[in-house]
Amino acid sequence: MKYLDEYRDANAVRECAERIRRMVTRPWMIMEICGGQTHAIMKYGLDEILPNSVTLIHGPGCPVCVTPVELINKGIEIASRPGVIFCSFGDMLRVPGSHRDLFSVKAAGGDVRIVYSPMDAVALARQHPGKQVVFFAVGFETTAPGNAMAVFQAHRQGLKNFTVLVSHVLVPPAMEAILSSPNNRVQGFLAAGHVCTIMGCAPYEPIALKYRVPMVVTGFEPLDILQGVYRCLLQLEQGRFEVENQYARSVRHEGNLPAQKIMEEVFQVVSRKWRGIGEIPLSGFGLRETYESFDAEKRFDVAAMVVDEPAECVSGLILQGLLKPHQCSAFGGRCTPEHPLGATMVSSEGACAAYYRYRGIKLLQ
Amino acid sequence: MTPVTDFALQCPLPLRDYPVIVMAHGGGGRLMHQLLENIFWPAFQNPMLGQQHDGAVVRMNGRVAFTTDSYVVRPLFFPGGDIGTLAINGTVNDLAMCGARPQYLSAGFILEEGLPMETLWRVVQSMKSAAAAAQVQIVTGDIKVVDKGMGDGLFINTAGIGCVETELAISPSSVRPGDVVLLSGDVGRHGIAIMAVREGLSFESPIESDCGPLAAPVRKLLDAGIEIHCLRDLTRGGLATTLAEIAGTSGWRINLEETAVPVEEAVKGACEMLGFDPMYVANEGRFLAIVAARDAERALQLLRSEPICAQATRAGQVLEEKSGLATLKTIFGSTRILDMLSGEQLPRIC
Repeated sequence: MKYLDEYRDANAVRECAERIRRMVTRPWMIMEICGGQTHAIMKYGLDEILPNSVTLIHGPGCPVCVTPVELINKGIEIASRPGVIFCSFGDMLRVPGSHRDLFSVKAAGGDVRIVYSPMDAVALARQHPGKQVVFFAVGFETTAPGNAMAVFQAHRQGLKNFTVLVSHVLVPPAMEAILSSPNNRVQGFLAAGHVCTIMGCAPYEPIALKYRVPMVVTGFEPLDILQGVYRCLLQLEQGRFEVENQYARSVRHEGNLPAQKIMEEVFQVVSRKWRGIGEIPLSGFGLRETYESFDAEKRFDVAAMVVDEPAECVSGLILQGLLKPHQCSAFGGRCTPEHPLGATMVSSEGACAAYYRYRGIKLLQ
Repeated sequence: MTPVTDFALQCPLPLRDYPVIVMAHGGGGRLMHQLLENIFWPAFQNPMLGQQHDGAVVRMNGRVAFTTDSYVVRPLFFPGGDIGTLAINGTVNDLAMCGARPQYLSAGFILEEGLPMETLWRVVQSMKSAAAAAQVQIVTGDIKVVDKGMGDGLFINTAGIGCVETELAISPSSVRPGDVVLLSGDVGRHGIAIMAVREGLSFESPIESDCGPLAAPVRKLLDAGIEIHCLRDLTRGGLATTLAEIAGTSGWRINLEETAVPVEEAVKGACEMLGFDPMYVANEGRFLAIVAARDAERALQLLRSEPICAQATRAGQVLEEKSGLATLKTIFGSTRILDMLSGEQLPRIC
């Protein structure tokens, strides 16, 4: 398959690992932002073929993982109400709220549906005028344009029974939060290729400059990741701190302008709570005033719900790269995919899930 | 398999009167008899069913394998099969995995009021062909009708028995270090075929379910005297879950080579799009045979001579390590564990 096979080519991957081994002269710590990259690293064992002096730290780029419990609870509350069709990407259904997850709501008779696109939810709203259709709009910049388009279309079609529960977050403020933390260990970043496909490389340039860290916009296949690591290490070794684009087959410097335009139309930047991390100023999207009537928190009057994060889950430290999943005392014991304490254990992009699934028992031993 | 489409010409039921299933079709009265006489008995005809008795009396020799499974697939029809072919092949394959020669099946139908008669007829015709292909007879059965909304169109349960004509102890506990793992073909087709129909996804080349009977290839291995230690068909949970189960029960580590696991291009593409791992996607016509190392090459050639196993590979080996883990050597030479799936695979966000 084009764009896949050549980036999974075993010889090319080994060769790239060898180039890294020859080039590196001292220990470095690089953070991959995206949970999809974390899973690829674990699934293909890429950390095993890198030299020991290179440590990959797993970043906060898992939309499911950083969605605060509060919002999950709001989703669960709305989905439990009669006359509601609650639509979500599949990933969110297993994430534990304070007491239960969306799967349990479904089992108790709630109409919870997995959709592949927010536009499917808009179509459902059209087909069921007597029902309230709610879409759980989760994600980083990657999913924001699609979700914005859904709201825009619903607005144009005059749909009164469609709302979105918005939990959009942004990558650059999270990077800044990590870099400005006194405990920060990250020396270079692999930026997420799909986020940059939408936003371009420009938002990262001031951060690279301010904190003097190299950033390489990187794809998701094994060779992508190793090439990203190579280019990041080369900058570190040479004392450079630039934004480079490894994922040029998808990312243009300016990003996807029509996508940015629709986001700009529907969303405004607001402060957001991140699960396990807390509030980060101006770190997410909320609906603009024009589209306020599509806000599920207002329609269902759940905006005031406040929930504390579960104390035992250390996912905040994991999402900031301060702990590795297996260093958590609950990992694999009190916290498993069947009985998760936090979202990082169940999300398909969660770091704990990746460790458990691909390494689990090896690490426990 | 060619879909049966000439219902109007072939179905002998008085269509004008009952184009759909009504409650009375399960009532034990005249309507139910019409259904039996016109749809079920002609399709499944054999002397034992012909006795119209409360149960079937059959003669068996020696050890007998006995299994049951219920089929609740949605949609009822999908590329490469339907609920009827699944109901036959699923049970036939479970018997084959016991080393048995599948012989007799029962079939229980739970029909939802309002089910189009044509749908039932098509499913029964599929069962007829699948049973013929697998050389089994449906010798007893049952029909129930539930109220509209209380079922999903049609549920089928089949149970089956077959004689075990080998003295081998075919089970995970017979697995030994050094044994070779043979995989009977490419993985992931059934799950993706179902998913594609269910979710309205379309691909350039349609993906067909691998649903098919596995009794013949197993028979071939047994007849050739291959020292089989374990057989397991790859159904829900896919290759990874099956291997994890066998490794866990046997207590030995089983290592699989990623390069030796065939996955069709279209299945790969669909999995990429949905965020699925083909190793965990369901199959309905694939199995693992764990055999003594000295017989491995011969067994592989025997499998490949059967059309349903034409793509069989030597996929891995049982290692001298008491960890009970299933592991995968990736194409890059690194190793990861193959854990059981904790729930369904869910389409991910991005």
